[in-house]
Amino acid sequence: MLAVIAALLAAPFAAALVSLRARAAAARAVTAITGVGSFGLVLALVPAASRGEVRYLDYLRVDAISVVFLLATSFLYAAVAVYSLGYLAHSRRDAGFSRYSRRFYAGLNLFAWSMLAAPMMSNLALLWIAVEVTTVISALLVAIEDTDGAAEAAWKYVLIASAGLGLALLATIFAYYAGAQVLGQHYNLSFGPLLQAGARLPHTPVRLAFGLAVLGFGTKMGLFPVHTWLPDAHSEAPTPVSALLSGSLLAVSFYAILRYYQVATAALGPRFPRDVLLVFGIASLLLAALYLIDQGDIKRLLAYSSMEHMGILAIGVSFGAPIALAGVLLHVLGHAAAKGNAFMGAGVLVQKFGSKRISRISGGLDLLPWSGPLFGVAVLALCAMPPFGIFRSEFEIVEGGFAASSNVAAAVLIVLVTLAFLGLSAMANRMLLMPRQTCHTAQGDGAAAAPVRGEPSGWMVVPVVAGVAALLVLGVHPPSELTALLTRAVHEMGVAA
Amino acid sequence: MSAVAAPSVYSGGASVIAVGVLLAEFGMFRQALLRDQVRLYAAQSGLISALAVLVAAARQLPELYVLAALSAGLKVVIVPIVLRRLLRGLGHGGDGAQQDQAAHGWTEIAGSGSLSLASTILLAIAVAAFGFFSVGALRIASPVLPPTALAISVSVALVAFVLMIMRRDVASQAIGFLSLENGISLAALVVAAGMPLILEVAFLFDLLVAVVVFELLIRLHHGRAESLSTADLTSLRG
Repeated sequence: MLAVIAALLAAPFAAALVSLRARAAAARAVTAITGVGSFGLVLALVPAASRGEVRYLDYLRVDAISVVFLLATSFLYAAVAVYSLGYLAHSRRDAGFSRYSRRFYAGLNLFAWSMLAAPMMSNLALLWIAVEVTTVISALLVAIEDTDGAAEAAWKYVLIASAGLGLALLATIFAYYAGAQVLGQHYNLSFGPLLQAGARLPHTPVRLAFGLAVLGFGTKMGLFPVHTWLPDAHSEAPTPVSALLSGSLLAVSFYAILRYYQVATAALGPRFPRDVLLVFGIASLLLAALYLIDQGDIKRLLAYSSMEHMGILAIGVSFGAPIALAGVLLHVLGHAAAKGNAFMGAGVLVQKFGSKRISRISGGLDLLPWSGPLFGVAVLALCAMPPFGIFRSEFEIVEGGFAASSNVAAAVLIVLVTLAFLGLSAMANRMLLMPRQTCHTAQGDGAAAAPVRGEPSGWMVVPVVAGVAALLVLGVHPPSELTALLTRAVHEMGVAA
Repeated sequence: MSAVAAPSVYSGGASVIAVGVLLAEFGMFRQALLRDQVRLYAAQSGLISALAVLVAAARQLPELYVLAALSAGLKVVIVPIVLRRLLRGLGHGGDGAQQDQAAHGWTEIAGSGSLSLASTILLAIAVAAFGFFSVGALRIASPVLPPTALAISVSVALVAFVLMIMRRDVASQAIGFLSLENGISLAALVVAAGMPLILEVAFLFDLLVAVVVFELLIRLHHGRAESLSTADLTSLRG
């Protein structure tokens, strides 16, 4: 297992170095192979993590919770690495292309590397550093398109996220302080001993640490009211990066919050951490649902949908019942697959119609024989339609809410998710089903070449089909290995008692 | 808490340095030139390194000497050099006078669009007082420094937030972020002085990476907007 962990840390980093040096074709191939290989490596970790934690070199620690997040990240890494084969070939063909492509692939691999590293850290300080590294690398990737919008989004992102992470650093320091009171001044911020110290930890610093962690890492997770960078960065980044931002980066930040949640629950009991998460979750979900109803930009639409799902995750954890927590972890996987698919489909639509404006996109189902229907499926999956994974996970979360007697919160969750469903499905309906000619003539932009029927590239379809397959597996019959992993992870979250 | 004894020379000195850090933060509000703001940041960072040396000497924590040296090297020397080089380099494309100004790092700070300087400072004082008293009420005792220092560090962080919010140019927002980090370093000295050196060094390295990325993005912004102002960063809404 140690070899697997070492390979998982080394391979994407090596791929980034190769991408910087090698020719564009080699960079593409290496990235695709590393992406798919990383997913394979994480799959190999599943059985061991379902039995117990794996430690390596004092600073690395992989348990069932980590592997759930590693699965989400590595799956998306593989998907976007393959998708990029087609995306980049069609996005630009100008003189600076080779430089752009080299930077893009190096950044993509480094970004994936940092997100794979974060859940493997055994130490809250290193976890913070890994999350900060994800920020700086992804800020550069957001800026890579070199447009006014990209520069604006990247600046807002790096400033807001860094300020948020400043609060998370304060949380780390208070966690150290709490740990040092029990474990001595030479405590090294390892996660395991902190959890074992549990109820002996002083309450005030743990409360402070948890509150600051939710606010700080919540900035990167997209929780209201510190979400403001999120729609900008998601809409201005290149599509493969948007998919990673939404499906993996937000989840990695959620992972950091979960670790603090574990410590806070062990030290303070469940009440305080759950109340905090419930408030942030409901507020985020409400705001996202309202923005989804009348959204004019396809990528911002999906960004607000991510915020909606992060709200659902926070609410799910606040319910605290084992079934809800299992639902939350399944939701992380389902959201990664569905949101990755939705962004990849949106990327094809945007390339086809040359615009991110929803009002400029219509008749997608006719023009794109594969990507059109697949985008529709992704939106349905995001709206928690059966038989996809998110249906199962949201069902479990709601069931957990009622099981924990949080009836009002569960009812509010259902209402807001339905509201979000209305917004998302109405917009998708417009883009996919509205007949082409009405919109086209109304815009009067006949001068622009009318899009012709056909897919831009097969590489942009393959990973989406894989995503649908994953969603079906998660929804219809999750493999027994995955169920064992989730059961173990729920046990680790401390609700077995 | 009845008859309060006079603080020892050590804790008095430490509190004075901490207050100096907070005053430097307030001083940044009144600077009209980016160059002066960078100097103030360097001075603030220097104060924090001095405090680390004081703690190292008084509390026999030799690791803190190393931390103080590394922190001073990075935050008093390297980061200010990077920032001044950046400000000097941004003179391209303008007319002669502008270029001359920029060549000396005299780029003017764009103040708040919504509040006057006096109101901004009043707001910052209110925020600082809030941080100071609320953290003071938590009674978090530190083994190495007086608890006042922790309360002051939180005030520094909060005032840094006000600075970042009120300023309308990217360079001074970045310096606001860096001074936020200084406030957190101060808090770390109070409650986490014994943290393993390797982690502290990793934090500093991470700060260096962040500074490089900030620099790149400021250049990118300046390249597109021909100024440091954030006034035109309003196209992404809704």
